[in-house]
Amino acid sequence: MLSALTQLLIFQLAGEFVARSLALPIPGPVLGMLLLFFTLLLRQGPSTELQTSSQNLLQHLSLLFVPAGTGIMVHLHRVAAEWLPLLLSLLISTTVTLIVTALVMKLCQRNAGATGDAA
Amino acid sequence: MTQDIGQIWVYLAASPLMGLTITLLAYQGAFRIYQRSGCNPLANPVLIAVTALVAFLGITGTAYETYFAGAQFVHFLLGPATVALAVPLYMQLKRVRAMLWPVLAGLLAGSLTAIGSAVLVGRLFGASETTQLSLAPKSVTTPIAMGIAERIGGIPSLTAVLVIVTGILGALGARWVFDAMRLRDPAIRGFAIGVASHGIGTARAFQVNEQSGAFAALAMGLNGALTALLVPFLARWMPL
Repeated sequence: MLSALTQLLIFQLAGEFVARSLALPIPGPVLGMLLLFFTLLLRQGPSTELQTSSQNLLQHLSLLFVPAGTGIMVHLHRVAAEWLPLLLSLLISTTVTLIVTALVMKLCQRNAGATGDAA
Repeated sequence: MTQDIGQIWVYLAASPLMGLTITLLAYQGAFRIYQRSGCNPLANPVLIAVTALVAFLGITGTAYETYFAGAQFVHFLLGPATVALAVPLYMQLKRVRAMLWPVLAGLLAGSLTAIGSAVLVGRLFGASETTQLSLAPKSVTTPIAMGIAERIGGIPSLTAVLVIVTGILGALGARWVFDAMRLRDPAIRGFAIGVASHGIGTARAFQVNEQSGAFAALAMGLNGALTALLVPFLARWMPL
């Protein structure tokens, strides 16, 4: 657990370092994720420890959203003032995204003549 | 005696221990309610925990900053957790090789649609510029979305709430949308849910079908990375 957590922090730190030094607009942890991903590709897979620890951490991913979500109390006035555009934006955008993603995949699969076992 | 308790309260309410403890308590209580409801997406544990905490802090008159002094220890773990997403992403890569092109095309189309339509619909109905920027990354998992919002001048905590609502909407509505489209393929259904509504949609997809869940998890990871790349550049060039 300890060495896996250290590993994750090192990759986050590396991501932060690259993002800042190259002035990239991408969040450091996202770059850290990409760096770890490519490392896993090179090493052909994570160690058992890294795999278990990541699983444990991601199992309670929802908990980590709570402190930030509670920050809505500071923005209640904004939500109250803009609830209609917010609600319509989320509702329409989520529905359209589901449809567009599925349609493009279906068309692409048909054109490629792919024969997956997913029917 | 009552005065003593009052003094103890004043001390404890200002200490980081309080913020951290009530966060864990609220989440565990919320998670139990979610499980009891048969994992109903409407009983989303984050939504319940946040509602309970906002009510508690409001009633006790505690400032968010005071609360966050303790809760930041939980919040900090979002960074390493984002890095850890690389592991399931890698584990699912092999399953996806057969569907590489549909996956890449769907990802790009879905990611652009999610960002563009959220901002445009918001603008159309009169959302302020800051709100539009906070809406842009709403389809990706919270740690990534908050990082993006911070970078482009949105409000990270507003984005966090918008992300959670998006997840709940996707988890609730996806089945209805796909059935209306007469779409059966569990891989495509899962992937589209993952692109549109990240982790909350993914959790839902896993309950319906194993293959859907795996593709949703993949979509969530890929869309997180792609949106983090796309939004900052779009925000720079899209006139707001």
